[in-house]
Amino acid sequence: MRPFAYERAQSAEAALGAVSGTSADAGQPTRAEAQYIAGGTNMTDYMKLGVARPAKLIDVNRLQDPALRRIEFDDSGLRFGALVRMSEAEKHPDVKRRLPVIAQSLMLAASPQIRNMASLAGNVLQRTRCEYFREITWPCNKREPGSGCSALDGVNRQHAVLGVSDACIATYHGDFAQALIALDASLELVGGRGRRSIPFAELHRLPGDTPHIETALSPDEMITAIVVQAPPWAARSTYLKIRDRQSYAFSLASAAVALDMDGDTVREARVALGGLATVPWRAREAEAALQGKRLDEDTARAAAGAAFADARPREHNAFKIALGQETLVRALIETRDMEI
Amino acid sequence: MQSHPPSEPHGISRRGFLSVSASLAAATPLVVRSAEAAAPAADAQDPDAAAEVFFSINNQPYRLSLDVRTTLLDALRDHAGLTGTKKGCDHGQCGACTVLVDGKRVLSCMTFAVMQDGAEVTTVEGLAAPDGTLHPMQQAFIDNDAFQCGYCTPGQIMSAIACVNEGNADTDADIREYMSGNLCRCAAYPNIVAAIRQARDEIRRA
Repeated sequence: MRPFAYERAQSAEAALGAVSGTSADAGQPTRAEAQYIAGGTNMTDYMKLGVARPAKLIDVNRLQDPALRRIEFDDSGLRFGALVRMSEAEKHPDVKRRLPVIAQSLMLAASPQIRNMASLAGNVLQRTRCEYFREITWPCNKREPGSGCSALDGVNRQHAVLGVSDACIATYHGDFAQALIALDASLELVGGRGRRSIPFAELHRLPGDTPHIETALSPDEMITAIVVQAPPWAARSTYLKIRDRQSYAFSLASAAVALDMDGDTVREARVALGGLATVPWRAREAEAALQGKRLDEDTARAAAGAAFADARPREHNAFKIALGQETLVRALIETRDMEI
Repeated sequence: MQSHPPSEPHGISRRGFLSVSASLAAATPLVVRSAEAAAPAADAQDPDAAAEVFFSINNQPYRLSLDVRTTLLDALRDHAGLTGTKKGCDHGQCGACTVLVDGKRVLSCMTFAVMQDGAEVTTVEGLAAPDGTLHPMQQAFIDNDAFQCGYCTPGQIMSAIACVNEGNADTDADIREYMSGNLCRCAAYPNIVAAIRQARDEIRRA
């Protein structure tokens, strides 16, 4: 592992100060010389593999602002401090009751040990586990821009079918992000240029020709809070995750669904798909197909078809289209049938 | 390590260290000192400088002088001489390195020791009573033959204790789900579930 300087920041301002003056590598936060570390479950793994090579690690776990560790709620929604751990959020009674899709997405995301460690902000910034990205001897446009994509014609069973490009088909594996994008969450950020708020949907960037540019953050920016609206109907929401084994695995296909129902008719549907796309994936075509319709097996299936109309499979992952559709149909029906 | 040649971090061999520590009464505060020069605590601006890390391991105070790249797992095994905690995959996939930090189960391979400065760490060595009586979970693993090769067992036991303490061991299905981060290549899973059931009932009665 590359030697690094370690700094423990007490305040966001001190953390930002620790970043300033280090090389930002043309504005790519994931390749910047200075990196923030919270839970570390992704960062330590990638530092051991040589995928992440920071010269400086800034430990943000002891930032003193108590709001960073708090889950606050009011009539309109919930505000998660960036340093809240996954296990704290998933068992919070208000999260379970008002936004079950969030609690379930966290509970199904990783082992209990990892959920005790990982921060919510770190979770949404987790990087792909594409096997070719992880192993530094392979060409990878995301890790080494311009080197090529080994997955396109390699073993690509785990790879994405939505949001892909000719430069990258690496899957975004996170679960929590699917619940957040479905519920129109937003992020509070702090950086050298001050504080700002962005829609969660703008955090992750499609790979396009520049898969190494993964987020809209500047290198010094950090997430301070995740804000989620919680209208009463969001209690009717589910996260369904399909894996190779029953537990503790990344999804092959998952669906985050929230339904605003008027009897049997869909007033508004929120749908996101995980394990299938290069970024957290809002399935707006499926939502449009459901709006104003009576939700039954047929309309659910039509919506699932719409969600994958633009899917682009490779040699080993075409099964994900059928699997993703079946996952979404089941999630829609199960969410419809919830008693709230 | 580029600048520090491999060396005995305490200036004594692990075996010598173990015999020394074993001869100390359990209540005696044990401070492990490094042979290296004292380094500034917490912040290490110079990547090649060692960092001083203080933590409690099994209710004994430790002071270790560590390369900041040292994981908590390697600090426990190679610097504190507590080899009960096992290194399986070293990438957060198997759970063999599970320990309790401030009462919560974590993967000691996935955190740098310097980040745990001030923490209270509990390892499998800290479970038995001073008179040698095993923790109910340790005894239950023996009673139920809940292992074959035993390599994953310290991590299984630490995780299982947390699983019961969290209240996630009510049903066999819960036990299986909440123990899914601990892999057993010998596939002793049915007996592990039985052991946790037994220990759960004993811990609740106590």
